[in-house]
This record gives sequence, C-alpha cells and structure tokens, in this order.
Amino acid sequence: MSALSSSSDRLARRAAMRSRSSRLASGLVVVLFLAVLLIFFVLPAIWLLLAPTKTAGQLVSQFPLSFGSFANLGRAWSHLASFQGGVLFLWLRNSVVYSAGSLVLTLATSVPAGYALALTRFRGRKLLLSVTLIVMIMPNASLVLPIFLELNRFGLIGTIWSVILPFSFYPFGVYLVYIYFATSMPRDILSAARIDGANEWQVFRRIALPLARPVIGLVAFFSFVGNWNNFFLPYLVLPSSNEFPIQVGLNQLLSSTPSFNPVAGAGLDITSPELALAIVIAILPVLVMFLFSQRALVSGMLAGSTKE
Amino acid sequence: MTTVERVGAAGAVPAEQVRRRGVPRRRSLAGYAFVSGYTVLLMAFGVLPTLYAIDLAFTNASGQFVGLGQFTKVVRDFRFGPSFMHILLYLAMWLVLVVVLTVVVAVILRSRVSARTSGVFRFLFYIPGALAGVASVLVWLFMLDPAVSPVSWLLRALGFSTFAQVLAPQNLPAIFVLIAFWTGAGGWIVVMYGALNNISDEVMEAARVDGASPWKTAWYIQIPMIRKWIVYMAILAFAAGTQLFVEPQLLQTASLGRVDPTWSPNQLAYVFAFQHGDFNGAAAISIFLLTLGLMCAGILVTRSGLFKVEEQ
Repeated sequence: MSALSSSSDRLARRAAMRSRSSRLASGLVVVLFLAVLLIFFVLPAIWLLLAPTKTAGQLVSQFPLSFGSFANLGRAWSHLASFQGGVLFLWLRNSVVYSAGSLVLTLATSVPAGYALALTRFRGRKLLLSVTLIVMIMPNASLVLPIFLELNRFGLIGTIWSVILPFSFYPFGVYLVYIYFATSMPRDILSAARIDGANEWQVFRRIALPLARPVIGLVAFFSFVGNWNNFFLPYLVLPSSNEFPIQVGLNQLLSSTPSFNPVAGAGLDITSPELALAIVIAILPVLVMFLFSQRALVSGMLAGSTKE
Repeated sequence: MTTVERVGAAGAVPAEQVRRRGVPRRRSLAGYAFVSGYTVLLMAFGVLPTLYAIDLAFTNASGQFVGLGQFTKVVRDFRFGPSFMHILLYLAMWLVLVVVLTVVVAVILRSRVSARTSGVFRFLFYIPGALAGVASVLVWLFMLDPAVSPVSWLLRALGFSTFAQVLAPQNLPAIFVLIAFWTGAGGWIVVMYGALNNISDEVMEAARVDGASPWKTAWYIQIPMIRKWIVYMAILAFAAGTQLFVEPQLLQTASLGRVDPTWSPNQLAYVFAFQHGDFNGAAAISIFLLTLGLMCAGILVTRSGLFKVEEQ
C-alpha cells in the first residue's frame, strides 16, 4: 500500500517535472518569438528617428542606433527647408488642406447617412447599405484609376477638388456610424423626442449627434489618417509639384537623394539624413494621433469588422 | 412636425391615424435627405467611375464599340502575364505569412502573457501602421540597403553586399511582403486578439479543467472559434494585395529603373494611361482589378455572416 502510493507519487512527480520542463521550453520559445517580432516592428522606427541626427557618412560608419548630434539635426533641417525654395512647407500645407477639407465633407455626409441607414426606413435603404458595404471592402486602389479617367473626362485634373472630393467619399465611415447607431442607440429616446414634437432634423441634431461623439471621433481619425497617407490618387491627378501633398513630395525627394539617384541628386543637399527627417515630419501628425487615441482605435478596428 | 403637433392637440384618435399614415412618409423623406450628400459622393466616386471604366474598356479612342478588343489587347501585351504572376507570387507568400503569424501572435498575447504586457506588445506592433504608404517603403529602402541598414550584418550573411543585389527581381515579392507585414500585421493582430477575447471564459476554463495544454486549447478551441475572422482577414488581405502600386512604384524610383516599371497590374494600367495615352487599355486592366475586388467584397458580404444589412 505504502509502496504503491510512493511509486505513484514518484510517477506524479516525474510527470510534474516533465510538464514543468516542457512548460519552460515552450515559455522560452514564446519569449524568443516575441523578442524577434518586437525587434522587427520597433527597430526600423527607432532607426528612423535617430537617422536625422547623423551625417550621411556617420549613417554608414557609426553604430546604427547611436545618436549623432543636434547640430546635425539642425543642418539636415535647414537643407530640407531650403529644398526648392521651401517647397516642403507647401507640401505640408497641401496635405493639411486636402485631409482637413475632405474630413469636413466626410463627416458632413457620412454621419447623417449612417444615422438614416440605421434608424429610418426608406425605399432603397437596403440597396444603399449593400453597395456601401461592397465599396467599403473593395480595396481603395481599385477605384483610383477609374476615378482618374472620370476626372480627366470632366477636366478636373490638377484642381484641389480632384483630391478632396474623392477623398470625401468614405463608405467605411458610413458603416461605422451605421453600426454605432444600429447597436447602441436607444430608439425610445428618439420616439419620445418625436412625440414631444421635435422634427427629424432636431431629433438628429439634438439627440443623436451628441450621443454619437465617440464614433465621430473614430471616423475622423480613420479618414484623416487614410487621406494623409494616400499616395496613389494625388500622384495621378496632381501634375504640378506645387500641388503635391507631402506623400507625393517624398517621392520627389527620393528621386533627388544621391544615394538612391546619383545623377539627379548630384550637387543637392538632400542626402539620407535629410530624407529620413522628411519621412519623420511627414508621419508626425499621424504618429501623434496614433499615440493619443490608442484605445479608441482598438475599439474602432473591432467595430469596423463588427461582432455579433 | 407641425401636423403631429396640430392634430395631436386636436384629439387622440386623429393623431393616431395621422401618425400611422403620415409620419412614416415624412420620416422616409427625412431619410432621403440624410443620405443625399453621401449618395451623391457614392454615385460620383463609386458607381460612375466604374461605369465609365466599363464604357472605356469596351470602346476605342474614337468611342466606337470594339467588344472584347481592349481586353484581348491588354492580355496579349507582353507585360500583362508577368505582372499578374508577380502579384500571385506575392499574394501566396503574404497570405500564408499574415494568416499564420497574426493568429499565432494573437494566441500568444491572449493566453501566454499578462494582460498589461500584451497591451504594450499590441501597441508596439501596431505603431508602424502610422507609416503606411510612402513612409514605410522609404524606411525599408534604408533597412535593405547594406550600406546604412542596422542589420547589414544580416543582409551580408544572406549574401547581399550591395543595394542592387537586394533589389534583384526574384527578391521583390519578399520585400513587398516584409513592408506589408511591417505596416499591416499590427492592426490584424489587434483584430484577432479582439476576436479571441470574445470567446467566453467558461469555454477556456472547461478546456483547462479537461487538461488541455495552451497549444492544444489554441489549436482545437480558439482557432476554430475565430475561423470567421481569419477568413475575413485573408480575403481583405488578398483583395488589397492585388492592388499593389505604391511599393513597386517607389522601389522603381529608388532603384534608378532597375525594378520593372510594370511590376504590378496597377502599374501596368498606369503606364498604359500615362505613357501610352491609352485610356481604353488602362480601363480594361482596371476592370480586371475591379472585378477581383468586387468578387472578394461580394463573397464577404453575402457569405461570411459578418455584416448585417437587415435589422437584428
């Protein structure tokens, strides 16, 4: 009896030991895996932030993650700012105009539309919703060339409207608002307001809109980030450098960097640190928004692909 | 509004009648007003460009109907086949990588590390998403240039000592996969993690009590339960992958033309429109791409059960 129990004890202990060592091994695998991924995702970003503080020569010779000096950073900045007579500022301003202009139009059209799709009944509602879903899932880029052809037909190429108007069309925003109102809007409040004599506009303006603040923020974020980072459409419809948004401007800077283009870039002050600095400046607005709206973002990504 | 108020004041019974007949109509009019602005944009930049591209694809430069002439012309173009082959190769690598790795990472972050650590990791993985587009391509140009790359030792170990060697044609699909994964995977990890989070604690607890190891739980319970989301991700990643443009276009600029200017179908359409001035041919290519996107969207909307058009 005691012999039996001690042998089963030993067995149990051995099993426990085996499971502990296998747990240790699998824990080690997990840690290693996460570490490699972390380096993969974070290293390029850190390198990018440090690159403008070094000279082109130091970028090659020094330790990749070393800090150069603020003097180098200042020099890179002054080279960049004087590139083609300060065109960088023009590009940034254009980006702000295009992204903000289309943001206003996006909010003005998508919030009422999402509200109506969720809370009113009209003929064609289901069709509109289905088309919205399909266009939302279709990749952005698949419509860019057709939109270019259409704008070209109507002679709108090269105007700011050729960027702002297509940017304002944002079916994903409509869908986000629709889901929000369909799932979390108490209908009783709306009918109570109607019984109290509010008209449809008042119901929307006074009751629905204040409640929709979180989803409006979400739509604004995704729309702004998407448009700020968009390259394909402005690349096609804006022929002149003065009209470029910063993303297309970066492309022009790239072709002026001697390390990537020794012929065109020769004699210019745009070298790798200047290009890296331009990238940092170009992504700064979006990066700041990312850092400050992390929680909202996560909930938005999940809502955008709604749950039951 | 005025009707209801006035009649409502007059008496309960007429108000009831008016509400039954009048209010829904008034409300449906309001519905039309609310969707009008968006509908105009949808027509102008969703429906109309598609119809116009179809129109162009079936006619020639002088507007005559040519049947499938434009399509056969672009398909026979010597660059058409290769550009779709490139994309196919890229998609195969990209889909396997994004599906396997995001699911594995999400499972690990959900069940193997503490909630706080997992939050930090998800955030850090997600950050490169802010650099989506041009910025990410430029960053990776630096990462892949053995002269300045922080991992130049790794590039050299793999046999690349110059930037030109890295940009050899056979490496391009892998380079685009790297870039796409760097900017896009973090977002998908967040989505997969959210889906795993929706699995009820009782299910997980039952698996633990039954003695399932974390890996077994993942394989037999968690992954099957988020299958719908994995399919969703795969289809969206596929659809977006067919449209590659920025990455090969910038690489082409950066490599002084060493990279094929018509590497992807979208680039080929761009070359047709902007270098040959052949809008009809460009439209024909974009119809191919639009159809691919539409098919993916159609499958997701009608089959996945993730999107509801009807009220619950």
